[in-house]
Amino acid sequence: MKRRDFLGGALKGATALSLGASVLPLLKSMPAQAATSDTAVVVFGGTVNSLDIHRSGTNRDSYQVAINCYDRLVTFGTKTLDDGSLSYDYDNVEPELAESWEISEDGTVMTFTLREGATFWDGKPVTAHDVKWSFDRAVSLGGFPTVQMKAGRFTSPEQFEAVDDRTFRITLPFPSKLSLPDLATPIPIVINATVAKEEATDDDPWATDYLHRNPAGSGAFKVNRWDPGQQLVYERNEDWASGPKPGFQRVIVREIPAQSTRRALIERGNVGISQNIPNKDAKELAEKSGVKVVSTPIENCIYSLCTNLNFEPFQDKRVRQAVAWAIPYQAIFEQAAYSQGVPMWGGIAGVDSIAWPQPSPYDYNLEKAKELLSQTDYKDGFDVPLSFSLSHADWAEPAALLIQQGLGKIGIRTTIEKIPGANWRTIALVEKKLPLHMENFGGWLNTPDYYFFWAYIKGNLFNSYNYGDPEMAKLVDETLDMPMDDPRYAPNVTRMIEMAFEDIPRIPLWQPTLNVAMSPDIQGYEYWFHRQMDVRPLKPA
Amino acid sequence: MSLAIKSRRVGMRLLQAIPTIFGILVVCFLLTRALPGDPAAYFAGQMADAESIEAVRKNLGLDKPMPIQFVAYVGDLAQGELGTAISTGQSVTSELATRLPASLELTLGALLLAFVIAVPLGVMAATRPNSWIDHLCRFLVTAGVSLPIFFTGLALMYVFYYLLGWAPAPMGRLDLLYLPPDPVTGFYTIDALIAGDWEVFRAALAQLALPLITLTLFVLAPIARMTRAAMLQTLGSEFVRTARAAGLSGHRVLITYAFRNALLPVVTTLGMVFSFLLGANVLVEKVFAWPGIGSFAVEALVVSDYAAVQGFVLCMALLFVGLNLLIDVIYTLIDPRVGEES
Repeated sequence: MKRRDFLGGALKGATALSLGASVLPLLKSMPAQAATSDTAVVVFGGTVNSLDIHRSGTNRDSYQVAINCYDRLVTFGTKTLDDGSLSYDYDNVEPELAESWEISEDGTVMTFTLREGATFWDGKPVTAHDVKWSFDRAVSLGGFPTVQMKAGRFTSPEQFEAVDDRTFRITLPFPSKLSLPDLATPIPIVINATVAKEEATDDDPWATDYLHRNPAGSGAFKVNRWDPGQQLVYERNEDWASGPKPGFQRVIVREIPAQSTRRALIERGNVGISQNIPNKDAKELAEKSGVKVVSTPIENCIYSLCTNLNFEPFQDKRVRQAVAWAIPYQAIFEQAAYSQGVPMWGGIAGVDSIAWPQPSPYDYNLEKAKELLSQTDYKDGFDVPLSFSLSHADWAEPAALLIQQGLGKIGIRTTIEKIPGANWRTIALVEKKLPLHMENFGGWLNTPDYYFFWAYIKGNLFNSYNYGDPEMAKLVDETLDMPMDDPRYAPNVTRMIEMAFEDIPRIPLWQPTLNVAMSPDIQGYEYWFHRQMDVRPLKPA
Repeated sequence: MSLAIKSRRVGMRLLQAIPTIFGILVVCFLLTRALPGDPAAYFAGQMADAESIEAVRKNLGLDKPMPIQFVAYVGDLAQGELGTAISTGQSVTSELATRLPASLELTLGALLLAFVIAVPLGVMAATRPNSWIDHLCRFLVTAGVSLPIFFTGLALMYVFYYLLGWAPAPMGRLDLLYLPPDPVTGFYTIDALIAGDWEVFRAALAQLALPLITLTLFVLAPIARMTRAAMLQTLGSEFVRTARAAGLSGHRVLITYAFRNALLPVVTTLGMVFSFLLGANVLVEKVFAWPGIGSFAVEALVVSDYAAVQGFVLCMALLFVGLNLLIDVIYTLIDPRVGEES
């Protein structure tokens, strides 16, 4: 018998199973009305290091708490992809805590009406004052929350106003198409301000110490138990007002560091979902019965090879183009990605769509590469280190070896350097001093201009290759806040893509997938841009 | 040796440990700072800009000059404060307090099991050279040394969990169905016994079995090998021959004369093996999702989490100083000559 069945049976109060006195006190503490529901077990390789997404040092794996335990004003809808799997829908912003909203004609005043009957876990009604306090916190704490708020043009507490208990107003400095979607990201969560203020101190006015361990939200799940480094247990909030009732009464998220162990667990049917599995496993497990695999291309994320323009040979555009023609793309896609994902090479010459990402016009063509290189000062090639982060080794290592071979054929001699995690951030993204390196970036807000803002504007974090072009800067600046139906939008984006392919500082390899393996008795899984497990839509099959 | 002299000696040994520990503190502090990578950049998070990185740096106190950072660190330490591990968001003290018992339960368990198996095996192999038991000993030693520890772990898991389904799911110290017993020692098995909770005891033991066997196989080899060699040496020595010639019984010669003398190098080996084990633990902890100290330290090192790394090194240093002390004391008990000349 599978453990899940056993748990399910136990929850249903089956007496055939002799449960000893020591059986999970969690079960004993369950409310009676939950007797027909079930428990799901999710495993993943990361670690949850905080329950507060706003705190500095909170890692990506912890963002799931913000999603599952807190409400935002709005959320994204759901769409069905071609393969039948579910994905969030960027083009469809839906109500969550706010039941409706109005945006003034000039686009600068957003007025939200909060849902009636929405309460925090402690029973206190959710008011616009809580929203105001939470938003003030996000723009004041600095670090990631403040930067992400800034993307939606939310920068200072003066912009937020609690008109009355149920009306919340945001004033923007100028209209932006990014404002509304930014409210659906995991950052602008609504926190129980009364609880938080009680725990705040002079040194810690935003109660980061308290909320780090004790979430105080109105979301679909509460945290029943958090054993740092081991597991997180979510318990359904039976009074959740902001969406459909979740399918599971309890979800246990377990940290299992070894990939092989996670695979054994899902194959044996001991767990319901294994989050973020490697491409190799995705390919192999998909062929087995008893396990479902869902692979979703990660929106606007591209695994790339980047050529740093501060490094002399790469200042010559023809050298960068020669590199782009000397990469054995197909072999890399097969050996590093196990053919999971979307190829980002071999596209048409010229740009005829504003879809992003889209394949670059480059392909494996040594003749063209040699020809281009021979026109430059580096016809005999040069030496350059090729770097990647150790935490990307699963795809970057095989890719780097093949790139090394390809570049070797046109005389560019590379030495491979693997750089550990903390160091990578510093030298690749902050100091931007790696001449040739493998990078990935996917923006949370799914518009091409947002991607170009982070990756093609000089000084911005993901422009790890020091690309700076005045025309590009002007285009991005003009386009970033512009509505997508503006007549200038499509031509601007087309021009950005043309320049990106012509100047090719970032050479696209492929668009990766987020792979999730699950047992056939769980359904409802939805892909989200934040790549964390949203446990709310999961339900027993 | 009177009790007073003994305790004075132990006291002296303890005092000698103080400069060692202080030295370790300084070296570790400097080494962590010399690690490549900027923790502020890492912990500022995904989208951090220069401004927020600076804010985090200030928050962590990393903007101050190193001597001031060191004084602050030692000051905190004097109050028993090890700082906060940013990588896990917990205080280092509480991290160590919950994780060290998990690692020690594995390590000490494996050490005990290996000792119980390897010492008789080595003794028997030495007394019956080239018999089947000697061959078995040789086989185990070769296997233990030549199989990488993560391989043994994965292989055992594959066979006993994946194929046969005898072992429970390798998901840490306790199955999902149970809650840990009230902490007394921090060892789940012992705490469950103290609480008289047989079911949790059985569950904890079941989770412990595979990682324990993996580690035992690893440390069995040096102990068995050392026992066998030491026994062979003492059995061939003059005092054993004299004892035999004097007509003492074989059993008495073996245990009182030969084994007691052979035990000294074995105890030394045990001390060394313990340190190997703590290192080997890291891999086993990863494979079996064991929430121990090894995986914590590696993770902390990767992200330049200063407080966590320093706390870990300090904890290990104390552990080894304690262990060396213990071994010295055991020496004096086994062999009264030790320390007499000093």
